[in-house]
Amino acid sequence: MTGPWPLRLTLLAAVGGLAVFPWVGDPFYVELVIHLMILGIFAMSLDLLMGYTGLVSFGHAAFFGISGYLLALMTPESGGLSIWLALPVCLAGTAVAALVVGWFSVRTSGIYFIMITLAFAQMAFFFFVEHQDFGGTDGLFVADKPFVGFGGWQLLDLRDEHSFYFFTLGLLVVTYLLLAMILRAPFGQVIRGIRANEARTRALGYPTQRYKLISFVIAGTFAGLAGFLEAAHTEYVSPSHLGWHESGLVLMYVILGGMGTLYGPVLGAFVMGLLHDQFQDLTEHFNLVMGFFVIAVVLFLPDGVAGLVARLGRARGGGPADPPR
Amino acid sequence: MSEPILNTLDLSRHFGALRAVDAVTLEFAPGRVHAIIGPNGAGKTTLINLLSGDLKPSSGSIRFKGQDITGAPPYVVSRLGVGRSYQKTNIFPAFTCFENCWLGAQSRERTSMRFLRPARRYRSVRERTERALALCGLTERAHVVSSAISHGEQRQLEIGMMLATEPELLLLDEPLAGMGAEEAARVIGLLRELAADHTLILIEHDMDAVFAVADRLTVMVNGRVLETGDPQDIRASPAVQEAYLGSGEGGG
Ligand SMILES: Nc1ncnc2c1ncn2[C@@H]1O[C@H](COP(=O)(O)OP(=O)(O)OP(=O)(O)O)[C@@H](O)[C@H]1O
Ligand SMILES: [Mg+2]
Repeated sequence: MTGPWPLRLTLLAAVGGLAVFPWVGDPFYVELVIHLMILGIFAMSLDLLMGYTGLVSFGHAAFFGISGYLLALMTPESGGLSIWLALPVCLAGTAVAALVVGWFSVRTSGIYFIMITLAFAQMAFFFFVEHQDFGGTDGLFVADKPFVGFGGWQLLDLRDEHSFYFFTLGLLVVTYLLLAMILRAPFGQVIRGIRANEARTRALGYPTQRYKLISFVIAGTFAGLAGFLEAAHTEYVSPSHLGWHESGLVLMYVILGGMGTLYGPVLGAFVMGLLHDQFQDLTEHFNLVMGFFVIAVVLFLPDGVAGLVARLGRARGGGPADPPR
Repeated sequence: MSEPILNTLDLSRHFGALRAVDAVTLEFAPGRVHAIIGPNGAGKTTLINLLSGDLKPSSGSIRFKGQDITGAPPYVVSRLGVGRSYQKTNIFPAFTCFENCWLGAQSRERTSMRFLRPARRYRSVRERTERALALCGLTERAHVVSSAISHGEQRQLEIGMMLATEPELLLLDEPLAGMGAEEAARVIGLLRELAADHTLILIEHDMDAVFAVADRLTVMVNGRVLETGDPQDIRASPAVQEAYLGSGEGGG
């Protein structure tokens, strides 16, 4: 089934807006929007778990951080690490980490799933805090940005802020399209079934744990993509990247943006990220303001910001919708 | 008598001190409609849960087509060709009727670990889904969200989801419960139709329906099999009269 047209057009317009932004926007905001787009990828990856598979992970930042550490550790002082090596290694490393964590986690559900994912993330957090080889609490610098080239030719200079911007925007769109494709495919139908009624899905002939594990690995890998971009962008990674605070933030992006829509969590990341940016300077009580904001959204917008958008459009059925593309 | 398609041997399931199913040994002949009746709490649903793999037995064994399936998980049992419907409606409320049946139909593909092609382009799945919707009488309601249809229609959907998996053996747990007279008559007709080329194990409190479709009857009381036989023999059995049929209330 196809997505509703007004929504598709809105999303296209949003991408168009992002594409022209670097030429019209303040250079400071170019940097910020890169960060927001990275958070958008991160939030979409969690939406696959929360909004479509029904698994609420409180340790999703582990994969975000691990990927960043992999990039920092493999980048030589002399720089010039090829992205064709760096990105696959970071993604594969994150996928393996997600496979291990998922292997244990998908056996549990509900609050136990939340606790076990948090426990694994905290293990990763303390591992990096306590190992001075990995920078300890100070974290690690990424010596140089990966080199995007082909046989000595440079295709894209990631050191240039505009290039990095478009690189990130491209990956944001690609992530959306890939996840939308997966969700439309037979696999996507099964994980939605699991979210709605796991026991019945199993009774219909699906080994549901296997599907949950694969979903967990896919989500972890896309979180790894976001972590890779973040570390490459800021040229820095620290234990706070994989702390529970970061996991909690991305959870809020998904919930506030509207889970089970893919674009909602991106919206959530943008709204929250911008608020963070605006109020951080204005008030020391940023977290208090944020707390009120969260309560207000939960009370007045039960389906998140995306729910508001959909409500303004047309009434929706109850299930998670096919993301439009 | 031909080799049974399914049989249980001393099958038991205890909940603490309660013997919900107690040493049940039964044989189900292929191509027949075998009804299981008994008062509330007799252990009928628990027995179905054991057969479908939803519950693990405390002891005893189950064989399906010569293969030991004792303790096999529900998805294995389903893929072997055993379908079930639930007494307590067990659907995907946020999905449309079509999507509910789709998930059943898609499970008959070799695997659903497919990530590229849109699911709706799988023609074989679509055909199975549409057939199941037609059989259970919900073609017209295909694209209505299933939480919005009537209770009776949800009962039909329950059967449709099972049929979408194209099972050989159907475990039907009170398919008529909560249906209006007209819907019930329709479903009884459907059961008769299905009986032509399926094996049915039918739990039902509606005695008229049972006598209308069953070839064989088992009476369960307190987790145990009281008696098994042809419908007319059971109807005439004094023990059954006393324990169940003649009690004036007839269950349900
Ligand atoms: N999960 C469970 N835990 C504890 N006791 C259970 C459980 N499931 C069933 N029982 C008990 O086992 C007994 C048999 O229940 P069951 O549901 O199998 O009966 P039934 O024959 O299907 O009854 P009905 O006609 O009311 O559907 C009942 O006493 C019930 O309370
Ligand atoms: Mg019952």
